[in-house]
Amino acid sequence: MRKLRMIPDNTRIRFMWLRRFNFPASVFLSTLSVVLFIFIGPHYGIDFRGGSLIEMKPVTTPYNLASIRATLGGLNLGDVQVTEVSDAVSGTSVLVRVQQQPGGDAAQEAAIAKVRKAFGDTVDFRRVETVGPTVSSELAYDGTVALLVTMFAILAYVWFRFEWQFAVGAIVATAHDVLMTLGFFVVVKLDFDLSSIAAILTIVGYSLNDTVVVYDRIRENLRKYKKMPLPELLDRSVNETLSRTVMTSSTTFLALLALFIFGGEVIRSFVAAMLFGVIIGTYSSIYIAAPVLIYFRLRSGRATSEGETDTVGAPGQA
Amino acid sequence: MLQIARWKVVSVLLAVLAAVVVVTPNFFPKAAVAEWPAWLPHQRVVLGLDLQGGAYLLYQVDRTDYIQKRLRTLLSDVRTAMLENPRIGYTGLSLQGQGVQLRVRDLGRLDDVRKRLEPLRNTLSTNLLAGGGVHEFDLTVNPDGLTRLTYSQAGLAERVRGIVAQSIEVINRRINQLGTTEPSIQRQGEDRILVEAPGLGDPQRLKSLIGQTAQLTFHLVDGQISSEQAGQTPPQPGTVRFPSTDNPSLIYEVDDVPLMTGEDLVDAQAGFEQQTNQPVVNFRLNTSGARKFADVTSKNVGRLFAIVLDNKVISAPVIREPIVGGSGQISGNFTVQSANDLAILLRAGSLPAKLTIVEERSVGPGLGADSIRAGKIAAVIGTILVALFMFSAYGFFGVIANVAVVVNVLLIIAVLTLLGATLTLPGIAGIVLTVGMAVDSNVLIYERIREEFRQGRSALAAIDLGFKRALATILDANITTMIAALVLFQLGTGPIRGFAVTNAIGIVTTVFTAFTFTRMIVALWVAWRRPKVVPI
Repeated sequence: MRKLRMIPDNTRIRFMWLRRFNFPASVFLSTLSVVLFIFIGPHYGIDFRGGSLIEMKPVTTPYNLASIRATLGGLNLGDVQVTEVSDAVSGTSVLVRVQQQPGGDAAQEAAIAKVRKAFGDTVDFRRVETVGPTVSSELAYDGTVALLVTMFAILAYVWFRFEWQFAVGAIVATAHDVLMTLGFFVVVKLDFDLSSIAAILTIVGYSLNDTVVVYDRIRENLRKYKKMPLPELLDRSVNETLSRTVMTSSTTFLALLALFIFGGEVIRSFVAAMLFGVIIGTYSSIYIAAPVLIYFRLRSGRATSEGETDTVGAPGQA
Repeated sequence: MLQIARWKVVSVLLAVLAAVVVVTPNFFPKAAVAEWPAWLPHQRVVLGLDLQGGAYLLYQVDRTDYIQKRLRTLLSDVRTAMLENPRIGYTGLSLQGQGVQLRVRDLGRLDDVRKRLEPLRNTLSTNLLAGGGVHEFDLTVNPDGLTRLTYSQAGLAERVRGIVAQSIEVINRRINQLGTTEPSIQRQGEDRILVEAPGLGDPQRLKSLIGQTAQLTFHLVDGQISSEQAGQTPPQPGTVRFPSTDNPSLIYEVDDVPLMTGEDLVDAQAGFEQQTNQPVVNFRLNTSGARKFADVTSKNVGRLFAIVLDNKVISAPVIREPIVGGSGQISGNFTVQSANDLAILLRAGSLPAKLTIVEERSVGPGLGADSIRAGKIAAVIGTILVALFMFSAYGFFGVIANVAVVVNVLLIIAVLTLLGATLTLPGIAGIVLTVGMAVDSNVLIYERIREEFRQGRSALAAIDLGFKRALATILDANITTMIAALVLFQLGTGPIRGFAVTNAIGIVTTVFTAFTFTRMIVALWVAWRRPKVVPI
C-alpha cells in the first residue's frame, strides 16, 4: 500500500532565506491586527460588555422573525440584535443580544424578565445568559491577567529547559500568534468573550507545543554539528521536523473541523478561533520561532562549552 | 528500551482494563445502571449545566444596603450612650460615609466620651484565631471634639464574611423546602454566592425564592394616603411610609417601631381562608411574640395593622378582637404558589442583606440534550477522520496509534468519572482536541524512527532510538500545553473550566499512553516479527 506523505523525504526548504519575505509580512500583519483590535475592536460578547444573550426557539414553525423583532423592539431595551443561527443537530434558532441596561446589576435581570414575559410560552428559551457590569469588568481583567501569566510561565519554563534565546524566540512566536488571533476576531466578526480567551490560551499552548518540538531538534543539532553555520543548522532542524509538524497540525485541524461542523452553535466561535490558531501556530513555529533565533547569537556562548556531554536524555527511561 | 518486563505489560493491561470497567456505566442508560448488582461500578461522569440543562446564578451581597442599616442602629446606640446620665452635650450627630460622626460640645469630657463609645466598637470574633477578635468600628476622638466611629477594614471584611455565611444558610433552608432540585450553593470570592441548580431551565421560581430578603414586620397603621400626597408632605415624626403591594398608589403611614418581626415566628404554613377559600398563610408566634401580640391587639381593637414584607404592605387588616392564641393569618392577593412560597420564606428566615444577581446563565433541557448529541457526533466523526488519516500515513503503525488514541479517550473518561469532575460541552471539545493532538506523540515517535532508519541504522536500533529520543520531546512539548491548561483552569468558571479539565487530563493520559501503551505494543510487535525494515 502506498502511504500518504504530506512532506516528501529530503525536503530542503530554505526557511532562513524566506524570512526576508515573511518577517516583514508578519510584522505588518501583527501590527495591523493590533491597530484593528484597538481602533475598530472586536464584537465584544456579554462576558466583557455586560448585557444578555438569549437563544430561543419558537414553538410553532414557520415563525415570523419580523414579529419577534417587533416584540423585542417594543420592550424598550435599547440596542437589541436578532440573528438566526442553525446547526446540524438542533436546526434553526433565534439568537437575541440585548445591550447592557443602565441601572446596574439588577437592571439586567429586569430586562430578562421582560423578555421572558413578552414571549411567554410561544418560544422555548434554550439559553439565557446575563452578565452584569460588575462581573463583566472583572472578567475582562481576569482574562488579560490569565494571558500574561501564561506567557510568563511559559517563558520561564522554556528558559529553564533551554536557554534564554529560545525563551525569547518562543515568546516572539507566541505573541505573534496571539496578536494575529486578535486580528482574526475583528476581521471575521466573531463574538469576543471568555471562551475566546480560552481559545487564545489553547492556541498559545498548541503553538508552543509545536515550537518546542522544533527547538528540541535545534538544540540537538547544535550539539551534533558544532561547526555548521547557524542558518544552515536552523534550516536543517526545521526541515527535519517539518513532516511531523504538518502531520500533527493536520490531525488537530481535522478533529477541530469535526467540532466546527457538528459541535453546535454554542462552541462554534470558540472552535473557529482554534482552527485559525492551529494554522497560525504551525506557521509561527516554522517561519518565526526558528528563524528569529538567528538574531540572538546562539552560537557564541556555546562554542567553548566542551565539557557538556550530549545528553539528549530520555527522562522516562525504563 | 524494547525489552519490556512481563509485570509491566501486565500492569499496563490491567490499567487499561480498569479504565474500561470504570467507564462502562457511562454507556448505559441511567435507569439500567441503577439495577446493576452492587459489585459493578455505578459512577457516571457528572454532566455540566450546559449539558443537562440548569441554572447558574451568581449573587452578590449588597453590602451598602447592609452597612446603611447597621449604621442606623449604631447611630441610635450612640445617641443613647451620650444621653445616659449624666448626659454629654453634642451636635451634628449624623451618618458620614462608612461611619457615624458627632461633635462633642464639652471638650473637658472627651475621656468620658471615649469610655462610653468604646463598647460600641463591638468585637467580632474571627474563627481563624481562637480568642482573637476584631473591632467592627474604629473610634477617633479629636481634641476639637469631632468624634467618629467608622467601619474598620477588618471589621467590614468580617461582617461581610458573616453575612455571606448566614445568607448561604438561609438560601439552603429555603431551597430545601422546595424539595424538587438539589442545587449546590457555595461562597465565591469575598462577597459572592454561587447557586447552581441542575435541571432548571427557567429558574424564575428559584430566583424569586432566593432574591427576596423576606424581612417581615408588623406595624400599627397611623394613616393611609395617596402617592401624590406622600410626595408633597414629609412623614410625621415617628412614622415611616410603605406602599401597598397590590396598589402602588396607596401609601400606608405606620409606626416606625415594628410591633413584631419575622424573628418572632416559629412556624408558617400555607392554607385556605375558610369562608372565601382564598389562599392564605397561617403563622404561629413564639411565647414572647404571642404575649406582645395579645397585648397590642387588645389595646388597639378597631385599628389597622400593616403586614410589611420587604418594605411593602402585603395587607392591612382591621384588628377586630384581641388575638391571644399566638397564631394569626396573613391574607393578601395570593395564589396557591405565592402563599406557599411566602410560607417557605417565613419559615427559612430573612436574609441579612439584599442579594443581587450579577451573572446568570441558564440552559434549557432541550439545548442541553442537543449539545450532548452534537458533542457525541463531533467526537465520533473527529476520531474517525483522525484515524483514517493516521492509517493512510503510517499503515499498521497508524493502527497502533489509533488504538492508543482510543485507550487515551477511555482513560480521560475514566479519570473524569473517578475524580467526579464535570463534563461540559467545551470539555467534550477538549477531548476531541486531545484526540487530534494525542496522535502527535505517535507521529513524533514514528517520524523519529523513520529518520534514524534512513540514516542507516538497523530497524531495531532505529525503533529503539526513535522512542528514546522522541519521549524527551513529547514531555517538553506537553508540559508547555499543560501550563496553558492550568492557567485556564484557574481563570475559567463553569463550561470553560470543563475544557481546561479535560485538556489537562488529556495531556497526562497522552504522555502516559505514549510512554507505556504505545511502547508496549511496538515492543511486542518487534519481539514477534523481528523486522528488518521499518514499515513506516
